Amino acid sequence: MSPNPPKKEYTRKDFSSDQEVRWCPGCGDYAILAAVQRVLPDLGSTPENTVFISGIGCSSRFPYYMNTYGFHTIHGRAPAIATGLKLANPELDVWVITGDGDGLSIGGNHLLHVLRRNVDLQILLFNNQIYGLTKGQYSPTSQVGKVTPSSPLGSVDQPIVPARFALGARATFVARSYDTSKRLPETLTDAHKHDGAAFIEVLQNCPVFNDGVFDLITDRKTGPAYQLWLENGQPMRFGANGEKGLHMNPKTLTLEVVTVGEEGITEADIVVHDETNLSLAWMLTDLPGVVALGVLYRQPGPVYNESVTKQRELAKERFGEPDLKALLRTGHTWTVV
Amino acid sequence: METSAAARVHPSPREILDSVVIRFAGDSGDGMQLTGSQFTTATAVAGNDLATFPDFPAEIRAPAGTTYGVSGFQIHFAAHDIRTPGDAPDVLVAMNPAALKVNIDVLEPGGLLVVNTGAFNKNNLAKAGYEENPLDDGSLDPFRILAIDITKMTLESVKGIGLGSKDAQRCKNMWTLGLMYWLFGRERESTVRWLEKKFVKTPKVLEANIAALNAGHIYGENADLPHGIGAYQVPAAKLEPGQYRNISGNEATAWGLVTGAKLAGLEIVYGSYPITPASNLLHNLARLKQFGVTTFQAEDEIAAVSAAVGASFGGAIGVTGTSGPGVALKSEAIGLAIATELPLVIVDVQRGGPSTGLPTKTEQSDLFQAVWGRNGDAPLAVLAAATPGDCFYMAVEAVRIAVKYMTPVMLLSDGYLANGAEPWHLPDIDALEPFPVQFRDDPEGFMPFMRDKDTLARVWAIPGTPGLEHRIGGLEKQQDTGHISYDPENHHMMTKLREAKVQRIAKDVPKAAIDQGDPRGDMLVVGWGSTYGAISQAVRMLRERGRKVSHLHLRNIWPLPEGVGDLLRSFGSVLVPELNNGQLVKLLRAEYLVDADSLTKIAGQPFRISELVEAAEERLKRSLQ
Ligand SMILES: Cc1ncc(C[n+]2csc(CCOP(=O)(O)OP(=O)(O)O)c2C)c(N)n1
Ligand code: SF4
Ligand SMILES: [Mg+2]
Repeated sequence: MSPNPPKKEYTRKDFSSDQEVRWCPGCGDYAILAAVQRVLPDLGSTPENTVFISGIGCSSRFPYYMNTYGFHTIHGRAPAIATGLKLANPELDVWVITGDGDGLSIGGNHLLHVLRRNVDLQILLFNNQIYGLTKGQYSPTSQVGKVTPSSPLGSVDQPIVPARFALGARATFVARSYDTSKRLPETLTDAHKHDGAAFIEVLQNCPVFNDGVFDLITDRKTGPAYQLWLENGQPMRFGANGEKGLHMNPKTLTLEVVTVGEEGITEADIVVHDETNLSLAWMLTDLPGVVALGVLYRQPGPVYNESVTKQRELAKERFGEPDLKALLRTGHTWTVV
Repeated sequence: METSAAARVHPSPREILDSVVIRFAGDSGDGMQLTGSQFTTATAVAGNDLATFPDFPAEIRAPAGTTYGVSGFQIHFAAHDIRTPGDAPDVLVAMNPAALKVNIDVLEPGGLLVVNTGAFNKNNLAKAGYEENPLDDGSLDPFRILAIDITKMTLESVKGIGLGSKDAQRCKNMWTLGLMYWLFGRERESTVRWLEKKFVKTPKVLEANIAALNAGHIYGENADLPHGIGAYQVPAAKLEPGQYRNISGNEATAWGLVTGAKLAGLEIVYGSYPITPASNLLHNLARLKQFGVTTFQAEDEIAAVSAAVGASFGGAIGVTGTSGPGVALKSEAIGLAIATELPLVIVDVQRGGPSTGLPTKTEQSDLFQAVWGRNGDAPLAVLAAATPGDCFYMAVEAVRIAVKYMTPVMLLSDGYLANGAEPWHLPDIDALEPFPVQFRDDPEGFMPFMRDKDTLARVWAIPGTPGLEHRIGGLEKQQDTGHISYDPENHHMMTKLREAKVQRIAKDVPKAAIDQGDPRGDMLVVGWGSTYGAISQAVRMLRERGRKVSHLHLRNIWPLPEGVGDLLRSFGSVLVPELNNGQLVKLLRAEYLVDADSLTKIAGQPFRISELVEAAEERLKRSLQ
């Protein structure tokens, strides 16, 4: 979305800063960083017009490693700061980096409002189901029963489903991927193309405080059985050999996992993905025994920063060129001689 | 026009008065704020100096007739220069028993009381807590009373226009205003013009309001007023020649911010979350989009200030306005702007008390919060406006300091300034010195925290500039490079550096100067903020009595301007009156080791001049013993 086409061919290196990366060895954040650095040149981004804004958390160290403009702000507030930046300069291409604690605990309110306003941003929520930086307390996405220093007998909090939160906030773009996925750049590209707030949940492994929570999904061997990659207009099939699919039970209005070829199920019984279908997207956020990946929902709507710009132009049209002297003289004035 | 008719009916000349204080009081639904502001405009047209003080309840629609639903508006106008809305009213207009009950104690004996007897029925008397009708029990004997059934008179005056009885009754305030206009020789024209605009779509309502206004006036012309009540005249004051308007503090602040941004060559992003008494700053600025103002009504105060910080990062001037509870929420983000050395203007329109406190009442109790209220050693500049009109200049100054020193600036206003109005001599905009911002654009030798030698301000390099890509954040940073640094000595040095930068501002603002009186004497009265007018009048009275008292008023609260210490030490005693539990006084004692004495008032109400005079006299006596 940079206004000027790049003058030179940028490469991954142009987007990497000289700062030493300080995440723990094996942290999923490395893979996400690499994917972002790799995809930016393909998006036509330029270092000078790109800004990364983060809150606080391991994930929020991200901007330091990008050779773009960056702002490592305060816990939970990145969406609000990014909104202000977009109001000051709508031409900038702004990415928000947040964590499950940063974006859904302390910053939940701001995330809600940035999504409903539909500010033109890419929002990456690194979900490791734990507070990494503060050394491993349970987070709002941790599973019930999670044993952590602050929950020695297991967490009793019900977890939030980030994509469901986003849809509830009327997000216009909701996607999901995971740290080491080869298809992460593709999802990032889709998000970048979207006008408005694009929300991506990235499942991220924290080997130090929450190792392996997503292993079943992300492991090369077990993964295919649990990954449902969504393709708009295509039947929703998955499984090692694509033998499984999602079928709509007309009685309960729920999606069920079925096997094509068994119990009389054919390809025609598999639901076709429609990115613009909100009800479908809602069901896809939390499926039994399988995780939907890719774009769950995409339905463009009015973009906040564009509407604001339009109003400002309208005000200029309606009230004419600004004149401070006239402003001070609005209403009643009188002259003392 | 009818005005000359008045002179014919009452050939006796109007009694000349030097100054008058009127308080309009009625039920929240009686339109007293409107009546007061109309009287203000007409008074300004008549050429008097004036000051006003609206005093309304926290409840939007308190139950009718109750004492806590009483809304008041006080105006002080005079043939000379005045600076406060007056200590106690000479004239009280009470539209119902509750309004009488709440206000009668402050009316001076011999004062003029105008009451609407039509509202003094059993029900209203009971709601106000009167067992007997005060109009009959002799308790009002010390006053001159003009008791009129205004309700009935109003209904009669609008008869035939075809309004429902509720709408017809609503015209009571215009009838009352008409009478007051006649009593004090004001022209009706400005109000008629205002009504024509307001009710352009409802011609019947317009007709009724004008009819009631005229009827009240005619009543004054024709009625046989009780003994001792006549028509008055307050001659025009000698104001400095020039063009004037009435202005409230929040209007002045909004226009000052816009002017400051213009002088800096920047656009404004104003983030705010509604809160009394700061909300109409947001309303005022939202109407000024054509001036390059973007307003953002955020989800809370944290988002409001955060958006302002983000906007400053992007090269606009980020501004956020609120009251004390909102500043509390903003503290962490203000700290971020301090750590990242970004310009930011925070307007705190102070109100009373901790927590929700007294939302609609005035107080000066956020001084400590402004100067010290953040985690870590986190200095910023604090300014305080003295009068409604001064809010304009202080807002310009806040923008200037913020962009010149790359620092947050807190501008303290308060409920009294925000809503109070005064005639304002319009500034010559062309005479204001521009302070254009220079963004860094040269990559040669660029480091994000390199500084100007004189101001110590860091460079402002904004996203979108090729070759200057850099990262900033709240973590401690190495000087110049801005790289994250946990080095102990570096943190010590950076803390000192941030402090030194803010202290440099002291050299860039006017030196402390006596506002009134001699540079040495028996007592120095030191004030700040909205108490300026009351202290100034009190010191004038004390000096007229021959007391060796002087007045120092501080607009720069932090850093304190140069020369304050010398002045404090040039007087036998120092008195610091404040509408809080003693904050500036502690700052002065800590900074200058002087035995400054505190005078506090924490009532949600401004100082009365007499209170200040008495307190000063009492202390002078004590120190001479
Ligand atoms: C106001 C405030 N409260 C608390 C903290 C401490 N804190 C820092 S990061 C964090 C949680 C981060 O969790 P998450 O967003 O999931 O990020 P992760 O480290 O897991 O990437 C907390 C509680 C803080 N920095 N600021
Ligand atoms: S604590 Fe976990 S999330 Fe944080 S850097 Fe280490 S591995 Fe990554
Ligand atoms: Mg986390």
